[in-house]
Amino acid sequence: MRKNKILSGKWAFVNGCIYDPFKKVNIDGRILLEDGIVIAVGDVDVTDAEQIDCSGKIITAGFIDIHAHFRVPGREDKETLKTGAMSAMAGGFTRVCVMPNTNPPLDTPEAIRFIKDKAESVPIQIYPIGAITIGQKGTEIAEYGEMVKEGAVALSDDGLPVENGHVLRLALEYSSMYGVPIINHAEDIQLRNDGLMNESPLSTRLGLDGNPDISESVMVFRDLEIAEFVDGRIHIPHVSTKKSVDIIRQYKAKGVNVTAEVTPHHLGLTENSLIDFDTNAKVAPPLRTDSDRKALIQGLKDGIITCIATDHAPHTIEDKEKDMKHSPCGMIGLESAFGLSNTTLQTEGFSVEDVIGWLTAGPASVLEWDLNAFEVGTPAEITIIDATASWEMSTRHIYSKSKNSPMIGMKFKGEVVMTICGDYAFGKLD
Amino acid sequence: MGALSTKHFIKLEGAPKEDIQHLIDTGLMFREVLNRPIKKVPSLIGKNVVNLFFENSTRTRMSFELAEKRLSADVTNFSASSSSLNKGESFKDTIQNIHAMKMDCVVMRHPVPGSCHQLTKYVDAIVINAGDGKHEHPTQAMLDMMSLYEKFGYLKGLKVAIIGDISHSRVALSNIHGLITMGAEVTLCGPPHLIPIGIKELGVSVSHNVDEVVEWADALNILRIQRERMGVGLIPSVREYRDFFGITQERLDRHKKEIVIMHPGPMNRGVEIDSSVADGDQAIILDQVLNGVAVRMSILYSLLGPEEEGKDEKK
Repeated sequence: MRKNKILSGKWAFVNGCIYDPFKKVNIDGRILLEDGIVIAVGDVDVTDAEQIDCSGKIITAGFIDIHAHFRVPGREDKETLKTGAMSAMAGGFTRVCVMPNTNPPLDTPEAIRFIKDKAESVPIQIYPIGAITIGQKGTEIAEYGEMVKEGAVALSDDGLPVENGHVLRLALEYSSMYGVPIINHAEDIQLRNDGLMNESPLSTRLGLDGNPDISESVMVFRDLEIAEFVDGRIHIPHVSTKKSVDIIRQYKAKGVNVTAEVTPHHLGLTENSLIDFDTNAKVAPPLRTDSDRKALIQGLKDGIITCIATDHAPHTIEDKEKDMKHSPCGMIGLESAFGLSNTTLQTEGFSVEDVIGWLTAGPASVLEWDLNAFEVGTPAEITIIDATASWEMSTRHIYSKSKNSPMIGMKFKGEVVMTICGDYAFGKLD
Repeated sequence: MGALSTKHFIKLEGAPKEDIQHLIDTGLMFREVLNRPIKKVPSLIGKNVVNLFFENSTRTRMSFELAEKRLSADVTNFSASSSSLNKGESFKDTIQNIHAMKMDCVVMRHPVPGSCHQLTKYVDAIVINAGDGKHEHPTQAMLDMMSLYEKFGYLKGLKVAIIGDISHSRVALSNIHGLITMGAEVTLCGPPHLIPIGIKELGVSVSHNVDEVVEWADALNILRIQRERMGVGLIPSVREYRDFFGITQERLDRHKKEIVIMHPGPMNRGVEIDSSVADGDQAIILDQVLNGVAVRMSILYSLLGPEEEGKDEKK
């Protein structure tokens, strides 16, 4: 079980291997905190500090998730900022961007301020994303400038696409003066039709309505055409298909300002997770085929996809116990993100440092955050990893208010053992 | 475990040949019972069966009810309109309520694929799938296969064409699995946009030319064209469908061949099938209905009936 601990006074992290994912360097020595503030890194004297032994562990920067749903306001029965924060810390995340598809949506500066104020009381840093359009209705652009002033770090109608191409054009043009990316949920909802899973021979066998891969790639193509035309800055969320990767590759080569993310579940799972009609594996975009999965991994390798983001989407047990048609899309992902990503990517020949990079420097670059790891004088944002630990995901690893994960029962290699945000530590180390 | 390799009867995908043959053979035995003056046997005395229908059905529900009563089971019927499902009534609650009443077997029809599979997670009772969305309708396929077997005396090598909207048909999918397992040859015939992708991976052929298919086949299984598919852009008009895919008297006359005509019902006479074809000598549509009762008796008996005598000794 994970415990929380307040690191008041001086605390030192010793005997671990310190890795700075922003500079991609290992640092010899120790990290020393005082009341949660980094005061020294490297060959420092720690004799007067309490020590946390990190032998055999990697000490690195806190993970950043640029895509999570904390359901506040409106569906606090699924998640709250507090439970979301504990879920994040259990997964090694110290910064989480929360999507605005709440009830009401985060489409005003007041709503952004509401989240920022509420987030004061949780240990992690929460960064709200503002809606692209008022009420996420896809028709009128929202007050980007005021929302950014209050702390919005990006704009998205996630959960719904901006269907009207002209509105997306306006959004890309207008947002450019505020320095934040537009994140358009790339899905042509007519092509998706009633799709409940990836359209394939398997969906035919299961009798489940199919959502074809082109429902995503068609929208990615449209969005990138518009972004190129207006010289906008666009981020493609939860890329799930080979076709989308190929299209992003083309536009990146043309110099379009595009970034893209992939979820751990699209990297690690395929549509085969639905064979037993497991509603926990019902997600949007749907889990695709193994060749899509391989293309996503290649996309990471080639720098076409720049980061891993969880799309943590909590739902109540009651909602997920409905049938395949009526249960909502989405799975939680913060607790399992590192384990699933690391297990998947190590099999494909990537190092743990690569995986850490896609969870730290990658998302920071999407938001154009210029970060330094363990910067002296700033609150600690540290994640400690046991890269060799084997563990089996179970509900006791879940701190989210919801338990909707098809990863329960999966075996992972690599585990987050402690996360430190300021003076708040959460994990398994003494 | 009863006479079959599975506890439940949810799908024909993966069902072994032995199970299918056993159900046909037992079905033919019960067919005899149905011809007796007193059409009832005491096999399932004391067993509780609930027919749980979340979707409208007349014939399948009647057929099951009759099969259950002929086997002397105690029968409870529960019908819930799909609108009550949409109201957010918990599927689990409904099921568990019914389960609390100690049912031995649940026969369920539900509009959503996979529901019967999910049901097995919530109840201990034996589950029989009476149609789950466009996934499977295994008892219908069993009665279709039993009818073909009764007519021809074999299934291996038999040429069966399934004609119509394959994409939205649980009847087609279950028939495909069953027939392929039994060694029959299957051709699907319908408009290209109503043939689901990847269906050929199940070992079937696909054609869009109904005349070629009629020429090839020993038997035609003609699917009902659902009226709700018309006018939503899937089937432009009755006359066009009838012209290209309808099994009309004129079309059959042109081919001048022996061919067995099947239809799972209810029929749209004058759309996918002409009245004279449906009522003609080549049609076995009413035999299918009677075989439906017999094969459902066979399924219920095989899953719920007494263990075979001497089974222990064989061990």
